Amino acid sequence: MATRAETAVLAQPRTLSERLVRLITRSPVHIALIAIAAVWLVPTVALLVTSIRPRSDVLSSGWWHVFSSHLTLGAYGEVIHTGGMGHAFLNSVYITLPSTVLPLTLGALAAYAFAWTRFPFRDTTFLFIVALMVVPVQTAFVPLLKQFRHFDLIPGHTTFPGWAMNTEFYGIWLAHTAFGLPLAIFLFRNFFITLPKDLIEAARMDGASEFAIFRRVVLPLSVPALASFGIFQFLWVWNDLLMALIFVSNPSKQPMTVKITQLLSTYAQEFHLLAAGGFLLMIVPLAVFFALQRYFVQGLLAGSVKS
Amino acid sequence: MSAQAPPLQVPQPKRRFGRSGEGTFRERLNGIAFALPALVVLGLFVIYPAYYTVRLAFYKSDYLFSFTDYIGLQNFKDLFQDKDFFDASHFPPDGAFFNNLRWVVVYISLTLILGLTIAVLTVRVRYESIVKSLIFVPMAISATAVGVIWLLVYSPNPDIGTVNAVINAFGGNPVSWLGKPSTVNYAIIIAYVWASTGFAMVVLSAALKGIPTEIIEAARVDGAGEWNIFRRIMLPMLSLPISVVTVWLFINVIKVFDIIYVMTGTTGGPGTSSRVIAFSMYIETFSGHPGRGAAAAVVMLLLMIPVMILNIRRFKSERVIT
Repeated sequence: MATRAETAVLAQPRTLSERLVRLITRSPVHIALIAIAAVWLVPTVALLVTSIRPRSDVLSSGWWHVFSSHLTLGAYGEVIHTGGMGHAFLNSVYITLPSTVLPLTLGALAAYAFAWTRFPFRDTTFLFIVALMVVPVQTAFVPLLKQFRHFDLIPGHTTFPGWAMNTEFYGIWLAHTAFGLPLAIFLFRNFFITLPKDLIEAARMDGASEFAIFRRVVLPLSVPALASFGIFQFLWVWNDLLMALIFVSNPSKQPMTVKITQLLSTYAQEFHLLAAGGFLLMIVPLAVFFALQRYFVQGLLAGSVKS
Repeated sequence: MSAQAPPLQVPQPKRRFGRSGEGTFRERLNGIAFALPALVVLGLFVIYPAYYTVRLAFYKSDYLFSFTDYIGLQNFKDLFQDKDFFDASHFPPDGAFFNNLRWVVVYISLTLILGLTIAVLTVRVRYESIVKSLIFVPMAISATAVGVIWLLVYSPNPDIGTVNAVINAFGGNPVSWLGKPSTVNYAIIIAYVWASTGFAMVVLSAALKGIPTEIIEAARVDGAGEWNIFRRIMLPMLSLPISVVTVWLFINVIKVFDIIYVMTGTTGGPGTSSRVIAFSMYIETFSGHPGRGAAAAVVMLLLMIPVMILNIRRFKSERVIT
């Protein structure tokens, strides 16, 4: 693909003089690109450098004097233990894993129904779910908070008073699951429908139950779609601040994103600590990004229709 | 029309979409059983809450968020008469609503222009993939982390803030970018553009490479300049991906909240100058005006309805971009 486009833009030079001419005529392009790359790199490098310089150096000279500093990881120890980022990291894990697995499971089941079974109002329901993809979470804050305080399945009758969902993780799990589901169903249905019909029919002929077809035929063939959504949802939840602010009211259960907003006021001028906290916030998403870049880009492109 | 002979029986190709009512009782039962758990969750935690919020927008309500004191459209009137939300008394207009419009215009156009420029430029160089991943990486990290990164960049202390360090080096005075109502919005918008350009770049770059070589070569043979090739061939052929990116950025910008919350120290300040609709919704709901907060949420929902219709249309015409 790359070579094809490259030849499309300009033919490859053959001789040395041709190459030289190209280099000179293109130097504005190189300069522009290097400048752009610098603008994109500098903020992150500044953060990283600030986090590993000692406090006195950070306050007395700019981060670009990095090589005259005695570098230290002390700031990380301090935000992880004293600042509570270590505990918040675990909370982020507790919040994110079920919030990823639940919509993945429920979404795949529902998508199978929309792709390979028939029931009344199937396609109307599916179009409705497509519409739900862009409903802003703001429309759910107040009623969900009220629901989570007293989970009334039947109005007026508190069904699960002991759940106290706003002080536990259940609330945010369910909120993330619900708002991740429309995208999951949409993506999975569109993927499942491309699987060969004969395969499903043959399994049915052999007397396989619908659930067996789902588990043994459809799921194994749909790993790319499942992985894309899984990664996308994982990052979505891990990176979320707003829903955690609203649905996790218990301070000992807050995730890293909420914790850092508190550190911003307690550590107002302790830039090395803020920088370390900021970098801790990025570690997991960066690891996911570099390990699973292919699926990540797919998931992101697919997620471009989500609210 | 006169009576006609019965139409010829032409075997219709079986459509996969739009014929769902068929099926045996057992089939239907199976389908419903598979879909039911998801539908229950959607009903309880998306649809019912949305109904509740729309209804709440017509009540004064109280700290228990119950339907007390029906007041019709008063919440919307209050919201649009509140100078913090809607201030059209001077130009340029202010308040959270117009601020969000400023975000829509500045953020979307900057991200698109930058993403397209980088996509076009990177096709021409060998180090394409390095530049592209560098610009794409901020997509993976949270708006909260982007906020922390740019808080340092904008710091008024020239020993911390890179921007003020550069100004200082040229003999200027440091500026408190996030402390002045006139600059705070643009400062945050630029930080968010930095985070989102990678997305526009990746989509547009992929589309750019899909343009058939022959078309561009033919134009070049005919003597078309680089600019004309871009303007008259590439741009028209990129119109669909550009619209997809625009819609995504629009959705993103209507719900923007996290980065403002982080970069303005949870206030949307200085004063109220960097608030957007989602911020007003948050503040109103939790400062004793749940009805007005619900009204702000309804405004957001209304702004999303064109996107909803677009998504459904695209899906129905099978031009789904996934």
